[in-house]
Amino acid sequence: MNLLEVRDLTMHYRTKKGDVSAVDRVSLTLKQGEALGLVGESGCGKSSLAITLLRLLPENAQIRGGHVFYRCKDLLKLPEEEARWYERAGVIKEDHVDLLKLPERHMRKVRWKGISMVFQAAMNSLNPVYRVSEQIVEAMQTHNGVGTPEARKRVAELFELVGLNPNRMDQYPHEYSGGMRQRAVIAMALACDPSLIIADEPTTALDVIVQDRILNKLDEIRHQLNMSVIYISHDIAVIAEVSDKVGIMYAGKLVEMGPTEVIFKRPRHPYTAALMSAFPSIRGEKHELTIVPGEPPNLLQPPSGCRFHPRCPHATAICQEQVPQLQPFGEEHYAACWNPVQR
Amino acid sequence: MAAIAQRHYEAPWRAKLRLFLRGLSINWELFKESRVGLIGLAIIVFYGLLSLSYPILMATIWDHEIYNPVSGYDPVVVQQGGQHPAPPSARHWLGTDQHGRDVFSQLAYSARSEFFLGVMAALITVIIGTLIAAASAYYGGFVDTFFMRVADVAVLFPVIAFLIVLSAMFDLTLYSLAVVLGLIYGFGSITIVLKSQALTIKVKPYIEAAKVSGGSSFHIIFTHIIPNLLPLSFLYMMFNVTNAIFTEAVLSFFGLINIQMSWGMMVELANIGGYLTGEAVTRYWWLFFPAATSITALCAAFYFVGRGMDEIVNPRLRKI
Amino acid sequence: MRVKSQGDLMTTRVAAEQLIRVQNLRKLFPVEKGLFRRSRSFIHAVDDVSFEIQADDTLGLVGESGCGKTTTGKLLVRLLVPTSGRMYLNGRDIATIPALGLKQFHRQVQMIFQDPYESLNPRLTIFDIVAEPLKVQRIGTVMEREVRVAEMLEMVGLAPAESFLFRYPHELSGGQRQRVAIARAMIINPRFIVADEPTSMLDVSIRTGVMKLMKDLQKEFSISYLYITHDLAVARYMCDRIAVMYLGKIVEMGPTEDVIQSPLHPYTQALISAVPIPDPTLKRQPIQLKGDVPSPIDPKPRCRFYDRCPIATEHCNTHDHPPLEDKGGGHYVACYEV
Repeated sequence: MNLLEVRDLTMHYRTKKGDVSAVDRVSLTLKQGEALGLVGESGCGKSSLAITLLRLLPENAQIRGGHVFYRCKDLLKLPEEEARWYERAGVIKEDHVDLLKLPERHMRKVRWKGISMVFQAAMNSLNPVYRVSEQIVEAMQTHNGVGTPEARKRVAELFELVGLNPNRMDQYPHEYSGGMRQRAVIAMALACDPSLIIADEPTTALDVIVQDRILNKLDEIRHQLNMSVIYISHDIAVIAEVSDKVGIMYAGKLVEMGPTEVIFKRPRHPYTAALMSAFPSIRGEKHELTIVPGEPPNLLQPPSGCRFHPRCPHATAICQEQVPQLQPFGEEHYAACWNPVQR
Repeated sequence: MAAIAQRHYEAPWRAKLRLFLRGLSINWELFKESRVGLIGLAIIVFYGLLSLSYPILMATIWDHEIYNPVSGYDPVVVQQGGQHPAPPSARHWLGTDQHGRDVFSQLAYSARSEFFLGVMAALITVIIGTLIAAASAYYGGFVDTFFMRVADVAVLFPVIAFLIVLSAMFDLTLYSLAVVLGLIYGFGSITIVLKSQALTIKVKPYIEAAKVSGGSSFHIIFTHIIPNLLPLSFLYMMFNVTNAIFTEAVLSFFGLINIQMSWGMMVELANIGGYLTGEAVTRYWWLFFPAATSITALCAAFYFVGRGMDEIVNPRLRKI
Repeated sequence: MRVKSQGDLMTTRVAAEQLIRVQNLRKLFPVEKGLFRRSRSFIHAVDDVSFEIQADDTLGLVGESGCGKTTTGKLLVRLLVPTSGRMYLNGRDIATIPALGLKQFHRQVQMIFQDPYESLNPRLTIFDIVAEPLKVQRIGTVMEREVRVAEMLEMVGLAPAESFLFRYPHELSGGQRQRVAIARAMIINPRFIVADEPTSMLDVSIRTGVMKLMKDLQKEFSISYLYITHDLAVARYMCDRIAVMYLGKIVEMGPTEDVIQSPLHPYTQALISAVPIPDPTLKRQPIQLKGDVPSPIDPKPRCRFYDRCPIATEHCNTHDHPPLEDKGGGHYVACYEV
């Protein structure tokens, strides 16, 4: 059974100008120990999807439907009676809990201990007036209630794990370089032994050499702890290197999903194909880059039918009228397209 | 290419006028969201109408002899067995003062000078403040140090005491008061606030782009820095109107300004007549209450409008 | 008015094909020490840098943040004044132009900035933004400028121009804004443009279009670029030659494919090995470097890369930073051990 199962998740932002359909009927699954890469351009809904899973939504966001089943029943330690009541209400199914229906007080236990998140530009999220160790200890104590000496020992372990010198744990964030701060943030995310980490653009502001080290470290830790990771990035090269499978998002929709190699070698959705050939590489033949015409759509009024049809070279009449569903194209490979790329 | 050159485009001045009007209507939509802003605006409109009513009433139904706010006197009240100050009646909507002058007429007459003083002083303040802020932020160095020290002095300046001395030495009219207040406040705290904003504008890449285009300092200050400061300047202008009106009220209460009639003076007259003591306060309320309320209300109104504009100027305060 | 502006350029256009020559360029920033003491420490942002750019060519300046690539760009457009060294445009010294002469200089040299959200004044219309260089250079009347701006907007792919002229930057997407910035830089027919990470903030599908546009306009107007980027893959696509910077020094320079396929300097090798590849079947062997980039404040008189270099010897420690040497085919490297 999968660690995470997202079914038909739909989330809107309510604005004065109308509803922005940021996440539209997205379904995906993730196994224990697997790394999923979510790729898409800014505004495609990849970050919105992440914060919806954790229910860390801004006030104007509204979940319109769907389920997020996550294996964390044991984590909640519910009294038997309450657990049975939730089972009858459909919130709990076997080991899985529907995070969207879980009351906020239980949801708090799931964050950090079940799923933790490394936010975009997280290295600037450390509080400058506290020592790094204090911040991690505090996070641990609010969620686990361990004693300070014990927590400090754990911080030292975590520092070793992410490749930081434990002697520097009592320094302030400004004494760290950007890469070190990012490692500290990852250590903090690992503090409560989550089974899933969501890393939203974890290395975007970093230089290549530092980025490479951090991605390697994260990958190493994932294998070591048999953890699952959802990487969110606009950089398909980063995703290609660290993910087992890849989901491509466009305008709030998951348009293609499959094992990394298949997605990169035989993409079926025209958007995926365009993304791949628009990306320059420093290896291999220098190929002409293709241009995707137009701009991503305004999600206040998303295009009818397939949301990519106004920019799609293969669009036909049906693309304007009907929304394509994800169709299987091979083992665990799905694409939502009426005229998939033949190659 | 030739075909393109023959195409006709909207004249820039016309397009900019169109954009300006559109901008106004968008900002009005945003301003409407703010309740305090609307209340403030309503009060300002009310006093605007009041000051307009003075010349109209004078030209139509009011007799100059009786209703002149300074030299008028109504003998009819005494002939009918009453005495001045007379309470409100159909003849005198807000009663009369101890000299037999109509209080409503005084109130309406003074409204115009209050507006004039407030807006004039605030305009001078904002023009000086914006120019100095833009210049000190852009040039830095000596210019900056000099004006910031001047600002320190102006902030610590005992304005009221200074004006009392000044009024003893010179004949302080409404105009000169507006200029003096405008100057003192203009060199003061407003320059510090606007300068900090100007510093954030100065480091934007579009300033560098303007330099790379060959733009002079004058060009950069006037096309890039000041237009981006103006929303904030305008906001501070509203708060400065409040300041100026308050100061005027205090000074005319002490009778230090050469002015024929003002709200501060109306309160002072009630005070001199002994109507602000003991039981007289409630009995002769119309002598000071309309004037005192007006000072407070108009000051609050400009402040409220400023608060309403704050939400337009600082989008992060805006509700989603 | 176009005749006038091109007349100026005609004289320069016949000149030597070496458009930009930079010799021993250096920019030091004093480190604030105290209120009254004069600073004795300096950040060596650009330290003894020399390069040339041919007419109609693109030189890529590549490196990590803080390596001095943006400072070099700003020196070339004279947003900064060099501490020492020479810069020539068509053989004319541009390092010592006094402030009054800069206006004329800026008819030939322009810059495109990284952040399309910050490089356009939000209070000006697209027309005013693009016409700014014409306006400050006093070229043409308002109506003439408008026609010229409209032409330029259509050239950068913002068509029909009518629908863009009188809009504000916030009404445009990131890609469209960067096209406006390009139009502003091109409108006075410059010979040389410094492009500081012009596509790094754009999405992939938008980025390619902007990069192609810059290449097309380069051919159309015969412009040389100094293309500053941290992204080697983008540099490979855009540039004829690449210079790799590390701590204020150029450590390697040469034709793009030579540098990327067979890097000689150990730093370039490490940098290239760290770039992720959008192909899951290719496995990289990253070269691990020791530590982080050291401080650029008063570096020791030895090879700048000594602390982190995997092949450093005692010679590199006792001698000053090595000079750039031609290793054949215009491929320059600054390393004692290559």
